[in-house]
Amino acid sequence: MKFLPLVIKNLFRKKIRTTLTILSIMVAMFLFGLLAVIDTAFTAGIDVAGADRLVVIGRSGVIQPLPIRYKEQIARIPGVTDVAHASWFGGVYQDERNFFAQFAVEDEAYLRIYSEFVVPEDQMRAYLSDLQGCIVGRKTAERFGWKIGDRIPLKGTIYAGTWEFNVRAIYSGRRPQDDETAFIFRAKYLEERASQFWRGLVGWYVVQVKDPNQAETIAMNIDARFSNSNAETKTQREETFIASWINQMGNIRLLVISVGIVVFFTLLLVTGNTMAIAVRERTGEWAVLKTLGFGDWTVLALVLAESLTIAGVGGGIGLLLARAFTSVGNPMPGLISVFYFSNERFVMGLFLTLFVGLMAGAIPGVMTMRLRIVDALRRV
Amino acid sequence: MVRVDATNSGSALIQVRDLDKKYHRGSEEIDVLQGLNLDVEKGDFVAFMGPSGSGKTTLLNLIGGLDTPTSGAIRVDGIEIQNLSGSRLAAWRARNVGFIFQLYNLMPVLTAFQNIELPLLLTKLSKAQRREHVEAALSIVGLVDRTNHYPRQLSGGQEQRVAIARAIVADPTFLLCDEPTGDLDRKSADEILELIERLVKEHGKTVLMVTHDPRAAERAHAILHLEKGALVEARRLEKTS
Ligand SMILES: Nc1ncnc2c1ncn2[C@@H]1O[C@H](COP(=O)(O)OP(=O)(O)OP(=O)(O)O)[C@@H](O)[C@H]1O
Ligand SMILES: [Mg+2]
Repeated sequence: MKFLPLVIKNLFRKKIRTTLTILSIMVAMFLFGLLAVIDTAFTAGIDVAGADRLVVIGRSGVIQPLPIRYKEQIARIPGVTDVAHASWFGGVYQDERNFFAQFAVEDEAYLRIYSEFVVPEDQMRAYLSDLQGCIVGRKTAERFGWKIGDRIPLKGTIYAGTWEFNVRAIYSGRRPQDDETAFIFRAKYLEERASQFWRGLVGWYVVQVKDPNQAETIAMNIDARFSNSNAETKTQREETFIASWINQMGNIRLLVISVGIVVFFTLLLVTGNTMAIAVRERTGEWAVLKTLGFGDWTVLALVLAESLTIAGVGGGIGLLLARAFTSVGNPMPGLISVFYFSNERFVMGLFLTLFVGLMAGAIPGVMTMRLRIVDALRRV
Repeated sequence: MVRVDATNSGSALIQVRDLDKKYHRGSEEIDVLQGLNLDVEKGDFVAFMGPSGSGKTTLLNLIGGLDTPTSGAIRVDGIEIQNLSGSRLAAWRARNVGFIFQLYNLMPVLTAFQNIELPLLLTKLSKAQRREHVEAALSIVGLVDRTNHYPRQLSGGQEQRVAIARAIVADPTFLLCDEPTGDLDRKSADEILELIERLVKEHGKTVLMVTHDPRAAERAHAILHLEKGALVEARRLEKTS
């Protein structure tokens, strides 16, 4: 601490250079923040997947409907504690670009299994007593300015005609990563209005199991139960199901990581170069400090303190800006449903920053440690 | 009593025995110091003279523990410093040696106060104690009114006085001055020399000083010449006490 004035004053001796370096670290860490947000958005599904949840879809894919009578049979399989069915609606609100996911779900059972979605009790009651009722995610409600009691028309794509819904409830997620954009309505409504063709069919089942460790076995038992029927099933852990869904969107994660690595190494070179110059131009001064009895480890610590300060200030500001920017709101609500800078990623960013600071200071620091006083003094 | 013939009984503060220093420049070997002996007692003020390149700076660097001899021994207050390793040597320097250079070598970003405080940062002294020591050193060199000035705001003579304050602030065993007045005009040089003399007389400091200036050397108790890698006593001046 008592060396602080020396460190600070040396940083301020080349104000422009220090400022530019801090700015470049700031920009890089801001970018890191945005990349982390995008990465979180595309993998959030995996984070939110319940370990105790299985998804049962048709063997040939999610587009193949399953008979509604499977519910009873799935519920009887040992280890299963709850079952609910859901169907993709795929309606359009005013314009194709206003995309958000819509599901027709079984009353109560669905939200019982997805307990991370919180609906106030009175709203839940209102929803259950209205055939055309719907529950809307907080973010989607905000996005379109919907309020309880609003009447929402959706144009069917899979199911013909225009469908009208009454907003009876607004749900919110328990955790920041929970998807708050979905639109949920009653399967009964779909059942009553859809054409004869869809009668007795549902999109998929979600199954809750008692012991997550038994999930694989239970999944096999479910599929075995329906093998050789004319609607065979494929049961997966929810996590696996979402992961394969994400993979269909292309390898965004690889892209994000590659960009991140390039940014990181550029940052390392920029900071390392600044530190190398800053340390070298003061060779004589380091020699004087060593003459006064400053030990090798002390001078190393002084160099590292400088580079850590630069990296810490720049990176800290950059990460805070990224956080401020993402907390303002989702600029692409139709594209990504989860938009937030998680604490883990924030801390990861801080560690990355400190790592850059250490690496950038390491080589000049060791050079200073090895500096021979008499040679350096002769050069002054 | 300063001696250069290795005849001292062993009471001297600084004892240099059979000191050799060779430098390598490519395949060439330069014998800068060869079998040099020196004894300096506590409170002595010694001046070293000699032509450029004769090894004066080399000798001071060796005695000050900035460099290690090729062979021979340097004993200060009973410690054989040629045997100390890097970090222990650094700690030894911090406790025992005050350096004063021709070009002052102050930190340009630090004020006079902060420059003088530097050696104290390596001690366990509290902030208040450090302030006390720095102020005492500042008053010895007569710069109390320049406490918060930066080196570039000071004259050469004042800079050198700050450097002297930095050298004495931790109360080292002895002071090494390498041409302390080499860059100063006559008047400033005289002031600096008077200050060094006062440190010896009033504060009992031991001083080893390299100089090209015979008038500066006259102020010392003894003048030694560096010739062919060894010291020769040029003249012993009356010890004014
Ligand atoms: N690190 C080194 N490598 C090679 N040769 C060196 C080194 N340091 C000093 N020398 C040589 O040793 C000799 C003595 O140098 P030194 O600096 O001690 O002389 P000096 O008496 O202080 O001279 P001056 O009066 O010019 O300061 C010179 O010939 C110098 O070139
Ligand atoms: Mg010299």
